[in-house]
Amino acid sequence: MSNNPENHLDLATVRDRLRSTGGRKYWRSLDELAATPGFADLLHREFPRQAIGWSDDENPGEGRRNFLKLMGASLALAGLTACTRQPTEHIVPYVRQPEELIPGRPLFFASAATLGGVANGVLVESHEGRPTKIEGNPEHPATLGACDIFSQASVLQLYDPDRAQAPTLNGEISGWGSFFGSLRAMLTAQKAKNGAGLRILTETITSPTVAEQLKGIQKLYPAAKWHQWEPAGPHSARAASMQAFGQPQNTYYDFSKADVVVALDSDFLASGVASLRYARQFSARRRVSEGKTNMNRLYVAEPMPTATGSKADHRMPLRAGDVEELTWALATTVQAAAGGPKTNDNGDIYRWAEKIGADLLRSKGASVVIAGEYQSPMVHALAHAINAKLGNVGTTVFYTDPIEANPTDQLASLQDLAKDLDSGVVDVLLILSGNPVFTAPADLGMAARIQKAKTRVHLSLFRDETSQVCQWHLPEAHFLESWGDARAFDGTVSIQQPLIAPLYQGRSACEILQSLSESPEMNPYVIVKNYWSSQHAGADFDAWWRRAVHDGVIAGTALPQKTPALHGEGLTAHAQKRTLGGKLEVNFRPDPTIYDGRFANNGWLQELPKPITKMTWDNAVYMNPGDAHRLGVETGSMVELSYEGRRLKAPVRIQPGHVDGSVTLHFGYGRTHGGRSANGAGFDVYPLRTSKALWQDVGLEASKVSGSYEFADTQMEGVLDPARHIIHKGTIAEYLKDPEAVHDGAEAPAKSLTLYPGFNYQTDEEGRPKYAWGMAIDLNSCTGCTACIVACQAENNIAVVGKDQVRRGRNMQWLRVDTYYAGTAEDPNPEFYNQPIPCMQCENAPCELVCPVQATSHSAEGLNDMVYNRCVGTRYCSNNCPYKVRRFNFYLFSDYETPSLKLLHNPDVTVRSRGVMEKCTYCVQRINAAKMDAEKQDRRLQDGEIQTACQASCPTEAIIFGDINDPNSRVSKMKSQKRNYGLLEDINTRPRTTYLATLRNPNPEWES
Amino acid sequence: MSQIFHRSTNTYSRIVIFGAVFFLAFLTWVFTVLDRSSYATRQHQVREQPVPFSHAHHVGALGIDCRYCHTTVETSSFANIPPTKTCMNCHSQIWITSPTLEPVRASYRDGKSLDWTRVHDLPDYVYFNHSIHVAKGVGCETCHGRVDKMPLMYQQNALQMEWCLNCHRNTEKYIRPKEFITTMGYEPAGDQEEIGRRLQKEYNIQGVRLLTSCSTCHR
Amino acid sequence: MAEELQDPHVASKKIIAPGYTFGTVTDQIATVVLTKRTPVFWFGGFAAGLVLLFLFLLAVGLLFAKGVGIWGLRTPVMWGFAITNFVWWIGIGHAGTLISAILLLLNQRWRNSINRFAEAMTLFAVACAGMFPLLHLGRPWLFYWLFPYPNTMGVQPNFRSPLVWDVFAVSTYATVSLLFWFVGLMPDLATLRDRTHNRFARFTYGILAMGWRGSAKHWSIYETASLLLAGIATPLVLSVHTVVSFDFTIAIVPGWHSTFFPPYFVAGAIYSGFAMVLALAIPLRSVYGLEGLITDRHLENSAKVMLATGLIVGYSYMMEFFNGWYTSNVYEHAAIWNRMFGPYKTAYWFLITCNIVAPQLLWFKQIRQKPALLFMSSIVVLIGMWLERYVIIVSSLAQDYLPSSWGIFRATKWDWFTYVGTIGLFLFLFFLFIRLLPMISIFEVRTLLPQAKVEEEGGN
Repeated sequence: MSNNPENHLDLATVRDRLRSTGGRKYWRSLDELAATPGFADLLHREFPRQAIGWSDDENPGEGRRNFLKLMGASLALAGLTACTRQPTEHIVPYVRQPEELIPGRPLFFASAATLGGVANGVLVESHEGRPTKIEGNPEHPATLGACDIFSQASVLQLYDPDRAQAPTLNGEISGWGSFFGSLRAMLTAQKAKNGAGLRILTETITSPTVAEQLKGIQKLYPAAKWHQWEPAGPHSARAASMQAFGQPQNTYYDFSKADVVVALDSDFLASGVASLRYARQFSARRRVSEGKTNMNRLYVAEPMPTATGSKADHRMPLRAGDVEELTWALATTVQAAAGGPKTNDNGDIYRWAEKIGADLLRSKGASVVIAGEYQSPMVHALAHAINAKLGNVGTTVFYTDPIEANPTDQLASLQDLAKDLDSGVVDVLLILSGNPVFTAPADLGMAARIQKAKTRVHLSLFRDETSQVCQWHLPEAHFLESWGDARAFDGTVSIQQPLIAPLYQGRSACEILQSLSESPEMNPYVIVKNYWSSQHAGADFDAWWRRAVHDGVIAGTALPQKTPALHGEGLTAHAQKRTLGGKLEVNFRPDPTIYDGRFANNGWLQELPKPITKMTWDNAVYMNPGDAHRLGVETGSMVELSYEGRRLKAPVRIQPGHVDGSVTLHFGYGRTHGGRSANGAGFDVYPLRTSKALWQDVGLEASKVSGSYEFADTQMEGVLDPARHIIHKGTIAEYLKDPEAVHDGAEAPAKSLTLYPGFNYQTDEEGRPKYAWGMAIDLNSCTGCTACIVACQAENNIAVVGKDQVRRGRNMQWLRVDTYYAGTAEDPNPEFYNQPIPCMQCENAPCELVCPVQATSHSAEGLNDMVYNRCVGTRYCSNNCPYKVRRFNFYLFSDYETPSLKLLHNPDVTVRSRGVMEKCTYCVQRINAAKMDAEKQDRRLQDGEIQTACQASCPTEAIIFGDINDPNSRVSKMKSQKRNYGLLEDINTRPRTTYLATLRNPNPEWES
Repeated sequence: MSQIFHRSTNTYSRIVIFGAVFFLAFLTWVFTVLDRSSYATRQHQVREQPVPFSHAHHVGALGIDCRYCHTTVETSSFANIPPTKTCMNCHSQIWITSPTLEPVRASYRDGKSLDWTRVHDLPDYVYFNHSIHVAKGVGCETCHGRVDKMPLMYQQNALQMEWCLNCHRNTEKYIRPKEFITTMGYEPAGDQEEIGRRLQKEYNIQGVRLLTSCSTCHR
Repeated sequence: MAEELQDPHVASKKIIAPGYTFGTVTDQIATVVLTKRTPVFWFGGFAAGLVLLFLFLLAVGLLFAKGVGIWGLRTPVMWGFAITNFVWWIGIGHAGTLISAILLLLNQRWRNSINRFAEAMTLFAVACAGMFPLLHLGRPWLFYWLFPYPNTMGVQPNFRSPLVWDVFAVSTYATVSLLFWFVGLMPDLATLRDRTHNRFARFTYGILAMGWRGSAKHWSIYETASLLLAGIATPLVLSVHTVVSFDFTIAIVPGWHSTFFPPYFVAGAIYSGFAMVLALAIPLRSVYGLEGLITDRHLENSAKVMLATGLIVGYSYMMEFFNGWYTSNVYEHAAIWNRMFGPYKTAYWFLITCNIVAPQLLWFKQIRQKPALLFMSSIVVLIGMWLERYVIIVSSLAQDYLPSSWGIFRATKWDWFTYVGTIGLFLFLFFLFIRLLPMISIFEVRTLLPQAKVEEEGGN
């Protein structure tokens, strides 16, 4: 999506031409201006040093790095005399400059990031050919301009120095040539037996092109089999639609029309496909202002507190296994199903069902009942029935044909593969991305089974656990390096275009599959383009294609909506009475930040504080305070879990709000071959996860064992102290009575209360109007999903410091999301409140007064500037900052050495070195860039022209930035609301960042 | 008991004591001078280049406009060092055999970039933007000097912060009408200050408070 | 002390033991320096100092190599040991200046036999203190940016920042103390010059004595100079620690932001200073047999000063608590509460015991006259005063406004090494001093002798 589509296509073709001449050359020509030193090393380097020093401070005696630092210090001291002399630098211009490329100005291209096979449309910012930042594509239905943590962090994954860098055969460096050679040999052998010995194992595939390729391969090798395995895929949803409709269906929702939302253990606001879209729609119905006061109501039943749970008006802590009972009761109340006997001891369930049911019936056709990915097929089926009964289908709930190329039962498919492996018929096993050895159900013992295949080929970004048991390992091309396509939640297809030629001669699954076809020698650009030219009737294909690539979405590819008929009989079989029998319920969930483990080597995601828990670099055994007390354990003590004879030692973490009698485990941690960040972080939960219970089951036993464990949290104290007026909150009813009530008597001193003359932020010396930057954060919208934190980290070159440093309270994220719970830690069902805290840019900034060298001082537009190169590091400013938003480089945290990570840096932001303070700047680089463009055109900035990184990524539009001098700007309108308040306003810092009080909309009949 | 010291010691000690004071003052002076010396700033130093490119010839003699080569000066922070292609536009016709131009032809032949040495080099933490300066009436000459009189390129000005601030604090003393942006040896038609003040309004140049805010140049 | 004020005569009789003559005084003090035989005690102390000094160099080397991360610092506790030590050392220095300047002006002549090493102590304490503001910087090699000088950046220090005030306060203090000390030394240096037989020593002392011949002119100039310097130094006793306390009072951190810090800190400074004087004087006089010159009288007076200042400090603690409660400000409330019952309660109650409870023993004359007990109590007070600064700084920072960003400071071994290292430096310098220079002002003690009186009277 460059500023100019025509030019953009040129680049596409240029790229195409150049790819045919071999990627690396092209890459060089694009990067010449950047002239990143040591790029050669990057290409043939063994192992670069650790991204950052994670040494134990107590014994900082490591070799090389320490030595380098000594040099650094002595140089710095020597440089004291001639401190202004610049070292000699060089400029390496292009030989032939691509027309549309203006050195010093970024270009933006549309592409698609996939998770679990489903596409999120993204815009990738590229500086002289280096992708540096990923944002949402406003034209894409799934993202609507927002961006999730995984897509954003994937740009770090691209430059990960641990990525596999060459094809290997039994661990020895080999070449693509020799691989394709041996592959061809194998294929001729298979051709003879119709490919009876050929097996392909992929993750979930939605790509039409790849689907087409696989069809072709099926024709060539009729006896070959294609298996899919996605550890965190919607297995029960698939099963449920078979049960409820007799055929696979794709379901999605429209929350903008829903007055009542019932989430049955569903974290739809923060995880799962289209969560960005759902969050946007949901929050639109909670954006309350003096004019507009109709607010939706959210019921959430869940075992483990999630971002969605933190927004609930009524959160019901419920064991995952009991959610089915609740759903039955609900279905009975709304007469969607013939409810069976009340089999649960938990009487609350039926009381809740009654109230919710009544509420649902009041809002027929304007409600959503959404079942969680991790609930049983029955819950999903009942949810379908309830929605149908309430007439939501077609208004808030929609069905289409499946978006997956082949929506089979993946567990069955994997078991089938296991059987074939045992019978020894498998000659060639192609594992195209995915890490089955690590992620497959434990009872399948894939590590051993896979080795029964004669030839095993694994294509993946990293040489991971699966690669260890395969002879061939092939480096996979990152999605920013290769052409492709994929479908979004509603079927809309996005073209995935590369931003950079493969750094490590990687290739995409699409390319490998092509080599199985009749025309093996074809580059992916041609493959994808050919497929779509076959799809697109009409002569205008080139223009159409140009548009498709440029927009990032292919218009009209959304699958048609339909209203499938519901089979009643699927909904009579009632669950048996379910008792814990003195044991615990166990819940398996993908990790909130590293997902199923595929992002385990991603420092940004490892160090990203997980929603609610604020834990980094670890997973844990989450349990209710009561259970912990019963087991005689506390946070940090080790327990041994045993489930069906499978054992596992892990640290406990007491989680307020977690349901009792149940523990939650996040899988994805405990990698052994994941890379420097992944290895040794957390513990592996997969060994407990069997095909019998992918998501939850009763029968877990936990016993305290010796040993203790230290977690690395970014927030120690979470109990809300009402006296400090940190979170202003209330119910919609109270708000309607008196909008000021939410402030609960919090006071702000009058602006006149000062001896000093106020600074004129309205006009400059010449009396011309000025900008005054400000930010408003609507706590009623914020879900605490932490997308903003990753956005900030990527935009501002923020360093990753490692678990040990986080434990020492030295995490560097400029923006944090505080989570408080009202009540005590023992409260069985506390209310959660999220509060993003960037720099407040105080007009009376306490930090500025105390800096001895004026390294932090106020700009004429009211920014609290931080000048890294002036900072001497007294840290006084941080001491005096009541919000503690300043971050200090205690060591040299930024990586100055790993060449590939240099390419990641945003050239518009200084990379901070050791000993300097840093903090949020409202993305001043974006402000300046936009202002200069406006001034060159001799006009004023329009509202919304500048978006801070956090604002751009926010799915709920909770963060609004702009000019508070302009009464019509969105930010001014927000600040003018009665809900608006400044954090710690009573100490008269006059923050430019203000908050809008959060409201709840409880069901008035709930308590009765 | 015999004298340990000769009388003259008194004089010496006096000299030493007073000398010390002046010596310290002298040291400070030396430090400040060194800081601004051309050794530290690299002013007026011709730097080693792969090709002895003469601005004097191309700008002075041939009168080629700066923007012919430095294409992005009006659109980007970076004024763009011309790609080899630009040189070859002419030098594929003229001086095609000149040995001094061999590196250029070589670069064009085997697609290997020329490796120029930076002459005007600001620290990495300074975010200078050419386009906005050009748009606001700061002539090339104002910072780069009379390149039309430089057979080999060198740095005319100190490029130190105080030097930048000097202009940011009194823009009226330095700005010129846009039509003379690339003019070398520009003479203001009338009183510079007066013209400057007129242009400040005309080009809507930011107030001093903003131009001297840290984040204007540092991020 | 009161009666001495009226009648120095009476005082002078008691101040030093009877039976001293000009000669014996000079001999006894000078031989400590001029003797060839260095006592074992000296070697012991000097070695201890040296070892700790090397520890200090190791810690600082690593600090410069790796950064302040080797300390336990974290968000939100960005100041820890370094600033604590800074305030502690600066405080200790104050006793010397008080003794030499204020007591001189008040004509407290008993000071004469302890002012010399008290001043030396001041000097070395300030040296130790002065290093910390530099060491604690993230980029120490840029320390000179805190000084106003004509730089190429066109930027000057922020004169609103207490840290810049510190720079001036401390450097002034160091300079004046040095001058005062050196001027006071001159006559004695001359004495040593004349008594030593070692040519090198004679030459060095001679240079340092700056041609002192003890002529009437010299003496009159000397008197004026020392009075002037005393005049300049006196306000410093109050100003320096006041400015240091501004580092905290100017900040808005609950537990720092308080108007009574200046007197509170000054009292604390003198308190710890006299504790250090006793901790040094008591061993010294017993080892070098100087009981005759540093009499129990001196110890007792110092003890009285300690008691007085100790009571002021105790009062300040109470006021701190009272204000915390009386402001009815939620943050101040919490700050005081956390200080007393929060994560740092042990340190807090320990310091209360050290600084308030223990010194109460000094009410009793019997105790004041037992050097051993005095020595111990002074050590207790030194520990207590260090803890006081530690608690003020760390506990206030650890838990300020937003509970979400609270965090607990844990000192690393490098924190400790840096701290005890400076004690090493102090001992190192101090032992050099007592070996190379007269630790007691010879000529000033001589003025205390009865003979001196006679002469004076005869003189008039």
